[in-house]
Amino acid sequence: MTNKETAAELPLYEVFIRSKNGLHHKHVGSLHASDAEMAMTNARDVYTRRSEGVSIWVVQTSDIIASNPEDKGSFYDPNDDKTYRHPTFYNIPEEVGHM
Amino acid sequence: MDTNKSNVAENDPQFEAAFQKKIDAEIKIEPRDWMPAGYRKTLIRQMSQHAHSEIVGMLPEGNWLTRAPSLKRKAILMAKIQDEGGHGLYLYSATETLGISRDEMYDQLHTGKAKYSSIFNYPTLNWADMGAIGWLVDGAAITNQIALCRCSYGPYARAMVKICKEESFHQRQGYEIMMNMAQGTKEQREMAQDAINRWWWPSLMMFGPHDADSTRTTQSMTWKIKRTSNDELRQKFVDATVPQAHYLGLDVPDDKLAWNEEKKSYDWGEIDWDEFRNVVAGNGLCNRERLQTRRDAHDGGKWVRDAALAYAEKQKKRTAAKKAA
Repeated sequence: MTNKETAAELPLYEVFIRSKNGLHHKHVGSLHASDAEMAMTNARDVYTRRSEGVSIWVVQTSDIIASNPEDKGSFYDPNDDKTYRHPTFYNIPEEVGHM
Repeated sequence: MDTNKSNVAENDPQFEAAFQKKIDAEIKIEPRDWMPAGYRKTLIRQMSQHAHSEIVGMLPEGNWLTRAPSLKRKAILMAKIQDEGGHGLYLYSATETLGISRDEMYDQLHTGKAKYSSIFNYPTLNWADMGAIGWLVDGAAITNQIALCRCSYGPYARAMVKICKEESFHQRQGYEIMMNMAQGTKEQREMAQDAINRWWWPSLMMFGPHDADSTRTTQSMTWKIKRTSNDELRQKFVDATVPQAHYLGLDVPDDKLAWNEEKKSYDWGEIDWDEFRNVVAGNGLCNRERLQTRRDAHDGGKWVRDAALAYAEKQKKRTAAKKAA
């Protein structure tokens, strides 16, 4: 790092927390940190002050690749005309019972 | 989490109509979704002010950390202040999803361009103020924040849910302090009364101007950024809080306060709006002190941020050199 007048903002990290074993990690927010270690420490202080989690992931925001809302169509539309992917597409006689 | 804006112009009328339809259907707006420029601007203003209020809100209470009457009270106060810091961070983080940087927000606070809740420009003169703040100021904040849990902007609503869960402890510890003092010695009762005398009206001011004078309310309601008006929330707070004051045996400093059986709620006096405007304009008892403390803390921490970045940079280079070797 060069000795600039104003240092760059600390990089942004996204924080994901597993609230208890058996559940997925869930996005809870973000924070600024100089490196992964500081991001982890800060995540613990900011997002788990009341035993909200048993496991934390931190990911630098710039490393996340996200879909665009405008791409919704091309990404998800095909599901709508492939109704045979859903269980309700198939008629099973009632006497067969629950399936 | 991602601030990449859509390519569509922020004033496209077709998109604007579709946007409003989504809002009306109670579909939440998320960071990368198209939104009108005004919606983004309103949220940035409101959310950053909210974040600043949490951060500045640590200062009046910090005043009593070293003078708390017992170790238990000190630990509680410390935990509450730490929460406020955390709440500020949730809110800054949610605001950043709208495309404004943390540094820009700090800058707006430190130059006085952005406001924070005027309640924090009042001084904390005695220990009972810690009780009154938790009970009244956090109580008013909770009333406001519960309504915001249903805000149309996803990240703001989610931050509010988390904050509301944590704030409940703040109000209860404050009320407990008031209860202890109200049931204590004559001097303690007087301190408790003095605290409610000074904090009652500023707490009511926290809900902002009357609906008729609140220029932004209509648009914010249409966009469902705001779900309940200032006056409705204020009335809700009065109705909930007056019986709590009565339980403590404390007087609410308002001659006009009276139960209205027909309305099933309290009638009460009028806020001193000149005082409100004056404090908002920067002339409250502590405006200058609060801002200076914030600026000093930020400037004083610069070398730490610089050192942390330099260290991270050095570590990165070392790891790269090791890999190359």
